[in-house]
Amino acid sequence: MEHMSEKNDVCLHADSIDKIYPGTKALDNVSFDVRKGKVNVLIGENGAGKSTLMKIIAGIERPSSGRITMDGEEVSFKSTTEAKEHGIGIIHQELSLFPNLNVYQNIFMANEKTKYNISLDNKKHIELTKKVLDRLEYPIDPETLIGDLRVGQQQMIEIARNLIQEDLKILIMDEPTSSLSEQEVEVLFRIIRELTANGISIVYISHRLEEIVRIGDYVTVLRDGRLVAEAAVKDIDVPWIVHQMVGQEKSYHKRDRDVDWSERETVLDVKDIRLPKSGGGFLLKDVSFNLKKGEILGIYGLMGSGRTEVFECLMGLHPEFTGAVELDGKKILISSVSEQIDRGFAVIPEDRQREGLVQTMDIGKNISLSSLKKYLNGVFIDQKKEDENINMQIKDIRIKVADKNLPILSLSGGNQQKVVIGKGILTNPKILLLDEPSRGIDIGAKTEVFDIIHKYAERGLSIIVISSELKEIIAIADRVIVLSNGIKTDEFCGDDIAEDKLVLASYKGHRSQNTK
Amino acid sequence: MPANSINTKKMTKNDIIMSLLKGRTFIVLIILVLFFSVAAPNFFTASSLLLIAKHVALYGILGIGMTYVIITGGIDLSVGAIVGLGGMIAGGLINEGLSMFGYTTYFNIPSIVIITVAFGALVGLINGFIITRFKVAAFIATLGTMYIARGFAMLRSNGATFSNIVGKKALGNTGFEFFGRNVLGIPVGAIILLIIAVIAGIILKKTPFGWHVQSIGGNEKAAKLSGVKTNKVKMLVYMFSGICASIVGIITASQLVAAHPASGETWEMNAIAAAVLGGTSMSGGVGTIGGTIVGAFVIGVINDGMVMCGVSEFWQMIIKGLVIILAVLIDQFQRNLQNKMALQSREENK
Repeated sequence: MEHMSEKNDVCLHADSIDKIYPGTKALDNVSFDVRKGKVNVLIGENGAGKSTLMKIIAGIERPSSGRITMDGEEVSFKSTTEAKEHGIGIIHQELSLFPNLNVYQNIFMANEKTKYNISLDNKKHIELTKKVLDRLEYPIDPETLIGDLRVGQQQMIEIARNLIQEDLKILIMDEPTSSLSEQEVEVLFRIIRELTANGISIVYISHRLEEIVRIGDYVTVLRDGRLVAEAAVKDIDVPWIVHQMVGQEKSYHKRDRDVDWSERETVLDVKDIRLPKSGGGFLLKDVSFNLKKGEILGIYGLMGSGRTEVFECLMGLHPEFTGAVELDGKKILISSVSEQIDRGFAVIPEDRQREGLVQTMDIGKNISLSSLKKYLNGVFIDQKKEDENINMQIKDIRIKVADKNLPILSLSGGNQQKVVIGKGILTNPKILLLDEPSRGIDIGAKTEVFDIIHKYAERGLSIIVISSELKEIIAIADRVIVLSNGIKTDEFCGDDIAEDKLVLASYKGHRSQNTK
Repeated sequence: MPANSINTKKMTKNDIIMSLLKGRTFIVLIILVLFFSVAAPNFFTASSLLLIAKHVALYGILGIGMTYVIITGGIDLSVGAIVGLGGMIAGGLINEGLSMFGYTTYFNIPSIVIITVAFGALVGLINGFIITRFKVAAFIATLGTMYIARGFAMLRSNGATFSNIVGKKALGNTGFEFFGRNVLGIPVGAIILLIIAVIAGIILKKTPFGWHVQSIGGNEKAAKLSGVKTNKVKMLVYMFSGICASIVGIITASQLVAAHPASGETWEMNAIAAAVLGGTSMSGGVGTIGGTIVGAFVIGVINDGMVMCGVSEFWQMIIKGLVIILAVLIDQFQRNLQNKMALQSREENK
């Protein structure tokens, strides 16, 4: 399909775009083509300007200079509504849904179907919602509250919301897979193929490089607000992309730890955890596992497999669960979060913004929040002692901060994540629970986060990591358990941990339940 | 970094605007004082200033409790009613004592103060309990207790006023007027305000409890996962607000030497206004005690200054309303600028 790359197949052309924010230049003379019916990939590390460029195309931001043409005509979007009228839809990296409204209300917000232009036609809403969710192979009750869905499920709703747009020409996806499981990614890719076959152009932003090579047609690499490379995906490979992005090759390497785990003492022993689902069934069904001192245990599973629920049970968010938990050989009764923290548990939650950070507090306070009791001098906080601990932690896990009194939002995603990790570590935990620690951060920061995890494991901290990225979990975990549909389906250690085995195990639970 | 010099210049300009914005309530206060000094010839006299200080003490103490509550992301509408109830409890105990099993007991003033404050704490505890245990919105829960507390205040005397609450020497319960008097020329209420403000300010900034309060308003879920006992902290905060309100009840009754069941009506609004004028964010997480005190002064100066100028009561309301809206507008402007500066430094750190 060589002729596809010709000029007349460009449905949107951004020409010499500059975007200047007070003090910084987010985009510097960037030109970008969206080719019709193709997957146009845009990549670069965090802060490279990808999101800014997409916001300009979607009408959220306006360029400082430069112009945008669609099918040869110059366009200028003052708002997302105007961009929408031109057939441009965007799926945001940070979800922009209404947690207080249900699925169909979210999908049809500001695009409502009505009877006689007066009353809302909810029947139609529900019908269309079911249809679009069927297409996504994602049967969710249209009347479920968005706030009750997990992040990955919400992402699918966000995608569904754009698919109902009738005259869709260009769909921008900003990291659509960052919280999807492998299975959901497959569905998404199928949808993308379907869309492109219908002549809809996709602009695709992702940190997952293997994906880009699989799904992309054309790739554009940005670095520090500048365009550094463009190519057809068939001419390149992953190392090339990484090289263009960072100027040097980076990938995770598996660390071999020469430890005889059978000799190590067991820190945590979990037996037959069972967590009932509201409305029947179980979120977790008789899950058992143990954790050795200094071990990194990975939990792999699809969305909804019960991964996060394991952490929630261990942290005391579901005191109603049944089963036995032993800490250092002693049976414990889990009833509240603060009690669990006192016992030496610490959790790094999946959703950094919603559950990890206190946005109104500065960087330092976010780091020390969990461990304030340690710095008491009488009833007051010993500022010096606290500062020392914060500074030590900043240094220890290499958080890049100019001043710890700056607002937390002044940090990049990767450094925000390190702050959340640092907060957990400052409580001197025995067991650290990390839920998707590398979600939405760039490769450089990911590698650093993995280094941190390893460093603390070497020092004797026992760690459980949840990840939906196969390569990641293989690289960091000493042992992996696989959950599927609330059931523990398999366990691997050492060289047995391999992509195909993990994927296979992650579907087993569904099969056994379907055949029942 | 080559772009650094430009950035620093931009930052300092923003920094100047920022510090002006942060000090805005104080600037407004100074302008108001100057204005009224010229407009009302008797404004800048010792007796007028004392009167203002007496009023400011009331709004200020209520405002401190309210600031804590608002920082956790809540609201306390019951404080005005607790003022009325507190006054009635204290006044009733002085004039009528406590009748039980056919005996009437009279308490001395320190005991009466403790009993009154305990009642304030109890109402706060009930507020906190309803809000944390049953997940009722703070607005609704405290609206309910507002009516209940006011009802009990009315019931205590069937709506009548306890007048001349000076006690009797023979009963050993004299001296209640002390809280409405001056010591070394300063109203006792203002001294109490100062003491509470210093303690509350230090707790908010220097103790784990204070930080926990701030973290709950900033992101309750993150706070909980960090190990903050969110329910306990919220209960304590509503109790503190109730205690502040009952103290104000004692001071007002003492200032008037009479306890009226309707006293303190709509004062919760003054308390909220003082907190908001002082930069407390209604969405929680942000606020200072110092700001609230300055906010209380602004309200006190506007109220009394306009009375002294002979401005009609109706115009006073309109002007107060405008000042509050303006304050929130500036607050929003400040927050936008703050976010912009944060994102800017985030880009620079890349």
